[in-house]
Amino acid sequence: MLRILHQIFRTGIVTESLPPAEEAEVEAIGVKLEEAIKRYFRRSLTIREVDAGSCNGCELEIHALNNPIYNCERFGIHFTASPRFADMLLVTGPVSINMETALRRTYNATPNPKFVIAVGDCGYNGGIFGESYASLGGIGKIIPVDVYIHGCPPKPADILNGILKSFEDSRPT
Amino acid sequence: MKNNIISLFGNEARKDESQYPATVPLYQIPRERFTEAAKPMKTAGARLVAEWATDETSFGKGFGIYVCYAKDSEYLILKTYTPLEDPTFPSLTKKFVPAYRFERQMRSLMGVIPLGHPDSRPWIKHEDWQEDVYPLRKSFDASKSISRVKGEYQWIRAEGEGVYEIPVGPVHAGIIEPGHFRFQAVGEDVINLEEKLGYVHKGIEKRFESLPWDEGAKLAGRVSGDTTVAHALCYCRTVESMTECNPPERALWLRALMLERERIANHLGDIGAICNDAAFAFMLYQLTILKERLLRTNYKLFGHRFMMDKVIPGGVAIDISDKNKEEILSEMNWLTNEFERLVIIYDENSSLDDRLRDAGVLTDGKAKELCVVGFTARASGQNMDCRIQNPFSPYDRIIPKMTVLNSGDVHARLWVRTDEIRDSIRLIIEILNSLPEGKITETFTPPSPDKSGFAVVEGWRGEIVYWVQSGPKGEINRCMVRDPSSVNWIALEEAIHGNIVPDFPLCNKSFNQSYSGHDL
Repeated sequence: MLRILHQIFRTGIVTESLPPAEEAEVEAIGVKLEEAIKRYFRRSLTIREVDAGSCNGCELEIHALNNPIYNCERFGIHFTASPRFADMLLVTGPVSINMETALRRTYNATPNPKFVIAVGDCGYNGGIFGESYASLGGIGKIIPVDVYIHGCPPKPADILNGILKSFEDSRPT
Repeated sequence: MKNNIISLFGNEARKDESQYPATVPLYQIPRERFTEAAKPMKTAGARLVAEWATDETSFGKGFGIYVCYAKDSEYLILKTYTPLEDPTFPSLTKKFVPAYRFERQMRSLMGVIPLGHPDSRPWIKHEDWQEDVYPLRKSFDASKSISRVKGEYQWIRAEGEGVYEIPVGPVHAGIIEPGHFRFQAVGEDVINLEEKLGYVHKGIEKRFESLPWDEGAKLAGRVSGDTTVAHALCYCRTVESMTECNPPERALWLRALMLERERIANHLGDIGAICNDAAFAFMLYQLTILKERLLRTNYKLFGHRFMMDKVIPGGVAIDISDKNKEEILSEMNWLTNEFERLVIIYDENSSLDDRLRDAGVLTDGKAKELCVVGFTARASGQNMDCRIQNPFSPYDRIIPKMTVLNSGDVHARLWVRTDEIRDSIRLIIEILNSLPEGKITETFTPPSPDKSGFAVVEGWRGEIVYWVQSGPKGEINRCMVRDPSSVNWIALEEAIHGNIVPDFPLCNKSFNQSYSGHDL
């Protein structure tokens, strides 16, 4: 137990010790995000992540948002296990033929108003998988998308930025 | 193994000279004796590595049925033909368990029928596809969409007093890939688990056939995003073997550097996530800090956090400077210090001990029977690491250390990873200390028509296998991808027996298999 406590104090708060350039970027996005989240979502934005056919690359970066360095909870962002509690869907992948139904159902299970963000190049147009019998292409072909975040995969800061952009561009629908 | 086949078949086994490298021979045997060949393989203690089908109509032939066996460092491929008008072959499932899903997949996607297979349900192809759609056939137009039909998947059922069923997925609670698990349970005890996968099937193998050879490396790098270096490397080694292209020494060492960095990053994340699933979130947060630092160094030095597209046919796409070398060396030093502190905390924590030991046991007998690979195999007493058994430069000089444990539980799978992180740090230091000078690419000319190549690479999950065949016009006729998860998934169904439902996430995480790499 003492070792655990020692390690916790030794580690301190890493969230603030980012390299200056990235820190400035993340903080700047963060401040705006927090304002938007306060305004629209009473300080708490709840996200359901849906892998609609991705290679798992985007999932790794979405995971990273939860690590102590990005610590997205400080802006009021939580990931939820059920779409029924979600304000926002963060969807990755080209939509695979076998995930189409599950994606539609998840979308329908998310209460209105809701945001949909497509993460990654595949979510935009199918990426390297293109459009075929198995890959139906971008997320927008199946459900309405508010914001696309490009990158293969997009970096965690890009994802935070994309979430912010969704508030700037539109009110939830 | 080779001698067994020659002595069994004599002149009936014909060696295929278009197969590369020469160390992995390919023999053509008669169709009716396909299963017979499995017997001496089984007696020799070999494992079934992969089984796949090809459409060789463009060569004026029928469907090719291939199976690859391995024992220690020896790989052997057997092949047989089946005509278009009678696309059947004798099933290997009763001899080798992994053939069970490979053959369901071959039937579903290529339309070749394994005679004597105990299960005719589709695999990857879901129940709402039209029955007669066979995407891997040349006659199938991949750009065409498939119309859906009504269909129902026949689950394995359990009946009796107090038996209930828990369906999970495809959309899971966490930020993970989709798949469906169906449990039958009594009280808290799991009596059966059945997996249904294929949700992230993106048509990757078909897609390879429409890409130029160098683009193939990019697609391979996206078969499973967490294993981008190892998959791209395996593809590149396969196509390089077909053209006898030898990348410069420096490129080979840089490839190994990236491969080991990928191993460390993923193992760090996994150890944290396993502890988190035993409600010890402290470890997850500590280890994700370490992982994040490594990814940032990757971005700084290689231009990508996961080093995607940095392994290319003929070499690597990016070089490092002497200054970068120093940076990595000091990073490894820092990582060792930080990591070892956490290992002590793990080791001293009795509640982790209580949850992780004896949970999700895969016995060594089962591991051998299921032909599992990678850390899963090593945690269940199997001596297996292609970096040691089939080394390519520089692994023949920096010899990795293999950790093999026998308990086959969650703890063993975690501890094998712990030792592998330590060893990868040592390997990285050795690589950097003896990194040869010189260029980083060799000209790569695409393979000539009618050749096939084979390569294996030990990714962080285990042995990755590629087999690529060039068509009559020098195009990619078939690219067979075998992620470690293609054989390891079934081990989870076995390991969960006798465990309680709440331990499933923990057991699942200890395997951490790829859905995308399996579904393709």
